[in-house]
Amino acid sequence: MIMHPFVIELLQFTLLLGLAPAFAGWVKVLKCRVQGRTAPGILQPYRDIRRLFGKDIVLAENASWIFRFTPYLVFGVTTVAAGIIPLLSVDLPLSATADVIALVMLFGIVRFFTALAGMDIGTAFGGMGSSREMMIASLAEPAMLMAVFTVSLASNSTSLTQMVSVMAHSAFVIRPSLAFALAAFIMVALAETGRIPVDNPATHLELTMIHEAMILEYSGRHLALIEWAGMMKLTLFFALGIAAFSPWGISSGGDIGSLALAFGSLVVKLTIGALIMVLIETGMAKMRLFRLPEYLGGAFLLATLGMIAFFILE
Amino acid sequence: MPASLDIAGFAVLLLLALAALAPLLRRQRTIQIPLAFSLSAVASLAAVVAGIMTVADGSVTAATMSIGLPGLPFHLRLDPLAGFFLVVIGLMGLFASIYSVGYVKGYGGQRSMTQMICFYTLFLAGMLLVILADDAYFFLVAWELMAAASYFLVMYEDEKGENRRAAFLYLLIAHVGALAILLAFGVMAGQSGAPGFDGYTFDAMRGARMSSGWAAAAFFLAFFGFAAKAGVIPLHVWLPEAHPVAPSNISALMSGVMLKTSIYGICRFAFDFIKVFPWWWGGVVLALGLISAVMGVLYALMQHDLKRLLAYHSVENIGIILIGLGLSMIFAAFQLPTLAALALVAALYHTLNHAVFKGLLFMGAGAVLHATHERNMEEMGGLIHRMPWTAPLFLVGCVSISALPPFNGFVSEWLTFQAFLLSPALPHPLLKLLIPLGAALLALTGALAAACFVKVFGVVFLGQWRGHQKPEHIHEVGPSMRGGMLLAAISCLLLGVFPTWVIGWLDTIPEQLCGAKLAESAGKFGWLWLTPVAHERASYSGPVLFVGILAVVTVTWLLLHVRATSVSRVPIWDCGFVKLTPRMQYTASAFSMPIRRVLGFLFAVREQVEIVPHTNHPANPVSLQYRLRIRDRFWNWLYAPQGDAAYWIARQVGKLQQGRIQIYLLYSFVTLIVLLVFLG
Repeated sequence: MIMHPFVIELLQFTLLLGLAPAFAGWVKVLKCRVQGRTAPGILQPYRDIRRLFGKDIVLAENASWIFRFTPYLVFGVTTVAAGIIPLLSVDLPLSATADVIALVMLFGIVRFFTALAGMDIGTAFGGMGSSREMMIASLAEPAMLMAVFTVSLASNSTSLTQMVSVMAHSAFVIRPSLAFALAAFIMVALAETGRIPVDNPATHLELTMIHEAMILEYSGRHLALIEWAGMMKLTLFFALGIAAFSPWGISSGGDIGSLALAFGSLVVKLTIGALIMVLIETGMAKMRLFRLPEYLGGAFLLATLGMIAFFILE
Repeated sequence: MPASLDIAGFAVLLLLALAALAPLLRRQRTIQIPLAFSLSAVASLAAVVAGIMTVADGSVTAATMSIGLPGLPFHLRLDPLAGFFLVVIGLMGLFASIYSVGYVKGYGGQRSMTQMICFYTLFLAGMLLVILADDAYFFLVAWELMAAASYFLVMYEDEKGENRRAAFLYLLIAHVGALAILLAFGVMAGQSGAPGFDGYTFDAMRGARMSSGWAAAAFFLAFFGFAAKAGVIPLHVWLPEAHPVAPSNISALMSGVMLKTSIYGICRFAFDFIKVFPWWWGGVVLALGLISAVMGVLYALMQHDLKRLLAYHSVENIGIILIGLGLSMIFAAFQLPTLAALALVAALYHTLNHAVFKGLLFMGAGAVLHATHERNMEEMGGLIHRMPWTAPLFLVGCVSISALPPFNGFVSEWLTFQAFLLSPALPHPLLKLLIPLGAALLALTGALAAACFVKVFGVVFLGQWRGHQKPEHIHEVGPSMRGGMLLAAISCLLLGVFPTWVIGWLDTIPEQLCGAKLAESAGKFGWLWLTPVAHERASYSGPVLFVGILAVVTVTWLLLHVRATSVSRVPIWDCGFVKLTPRMQYTASAFSMPIRRVLGFLFAVREQVEIVPHTNHPANPVSLQYRLRIRDRFWNWLYAPQGDAAYWIARQVGKLQQGRIQIYLLYSFVTLIVLLVFLG
């Protein structure tokens, strides 16, 4: 039985909206296990979101419409991005909406408005978070684009579905360029999603906060939307990595069997990916802010090496 | 139906007539201002219409006027390339004219409105004539008209020494540039082989067959001249001085439009006159474009004067346009017409986009200046509450210039990225390797621009008022200023959401200049999908993205507002600290501090902190002073030595002036002897 592309698209939206909290919960559970703590359970993020949606909102007196609009925009943009990255099948009607570059820029909108919201109230925390976030982003973006450029050189396209089709249907060879690009991508993805060693998602300590500092003033449904979008962003970066570097299993059509297979392989890849991230996060300490240029510069260098390797070796 | 050249001619004549007739109405100020600016808006609209028609049907019309030099009458010509720049100038001319009605009222009768109107209309007319001119003489006359009119506009508030200095620097560099352009025309005319003055017509230059050495000389002389006008690094020093001190409606035109006349000149020289060139010309243009883009945005980040910051962003964006042009020249040199067309369209698209969003931002800065009488961002804050119209319109400009979808800046940068990624098609191993690195620099530029505009919007419009006086005197600007900004903001959105139509319209230009069309592949899947080369290669859909985001935001909002929840407004949480003051907010300098720390080695940064400790409690300082000085290194490297050399020569020559009559008599005597010796 072949499913209509629009049905697959709808399925993908539901999957990402519905399962992103579970994935975030899974990461938390793994992290607790690895660090020898008691885990809150994989469903904890759902409970958090539900609780936040039920709460009233406390707003600072001088909060402007930017502050109130940002959560909706962040959620909206992330949801649209969720419809673009091929997760189960490349046969998505929306996948032509944006290629990898546009996708990176979509996350740019999220960051831009979150940083503005951080500055809206006029507290020192918010400004600090925004300032740091934009510094990290401006160093991470070139490395990010170089990493995806290397993949797009190999597949002659920046369109994600095309990348997936080319990579999934070519014979499996270990390409040095992609290995470099993957290493760079992982480093940058940790920075973009605000994980250790760049930012600590669990901290509220003024010296180390970056992302949390920007959203410190949010409460109620606003916070719920931002948190939910953050979980989706984390999942989407994994999905982006899977689509670019390990697309095997993603269905090229829409028949149920291959979609089920794609779902299975997705779950396996996400589980493994989460484990890798948790090991990195547990094994490393958060870096000082001004060590980050070296870290991101290193990522950029790796991505550039990948590109050079592509031209020289392949 | 009148020919497009006639409509353009009407626009120019109307502007010139306004300049001539404005003094007659100087006593009736209430009529003079709206009448003059609405008529210049009409003239601008006529230019837009003429340009759109020309580009759409790809027609070329020419005319020869009966005035000019004997043997070299003025030639006019309107082809699609010229038509495109007419649209750029006309569009911003229209917005700025509407905006000006309200803006110049802010001068409250303290200054001569006649002077403003005369030079404003002459400035617009000069820019239109630069585009329409079809011989070297007329081109330079128009070029000088534009330069001189804008000089007087920069000098408009001439009681301040800063303004006079900026205007002088501008005039100086503009003339060094004009001299180089004159020489370039001389080389072209000399090589064209046409008799008499005929070599100075652009037609003769199109037909000139030059040796590669002379062609390079002509191109690089012209490129130097145009680069000086465009503010390409290292010829940019006048730009951050002159643009901030001009009235804001003029800054919008200078930054948004006047710089583009040099892009027009470069296109004209490279693709229309010389046509066949080696790839390294494109390489030079690309390299300078990359340097300008990255350094421009970094300098912009370090500024806290709102208009100065925007001026540095013009350097950045001219860099991005030059990146597109350079890539296009490289592709054209390797006979890859489709790719050359893509890069050229990216450059031209960015030219139009930058005109609109930079115009919008300068008009917004003008509105802020109008309301607060302040250019220093450190003294602003929270203006979103006092200027509910200006804030969202300015935000549109910020989002557009930061290259975020679905606004227009994104589309042209995305096209430039696509051009970068097609460089592996080049049959040259070194270029294959180096050019994609340029894409990384472009990405860095885009990300830094976003950081810079978070700073601008965050510090100026968000947070709390930082000024010393109470903000109660700040009011939203009037309807005409809002109208001008609103039109520009709508254009930003439309140009971003419907790129397929714009590219389809632009298509006659690459067809004539590069010999390839883009629209067939770019709009293959209808207006909804932009597929620059092929749909497997890359695709983007502004409309789907825009509607998608809008739909999700609306649905989420509605779903969350089904159940009524209370929103309580409370004082800012101060972590138990007693008194939180607006001075504790992040400032513009504080915001850019991490980036200054990381990339500060590119500037001459001097930071000084002076702490006077309390005698009894060393931990409680009595006073703390922080000084930060950031200098443009290029000033010390290139300009200061030249200035010093000029002074040194002047001093040495000055020794001749002894001030004693005997010495001067001796000079006359010696001169006479020398002359007699030569004559004998």
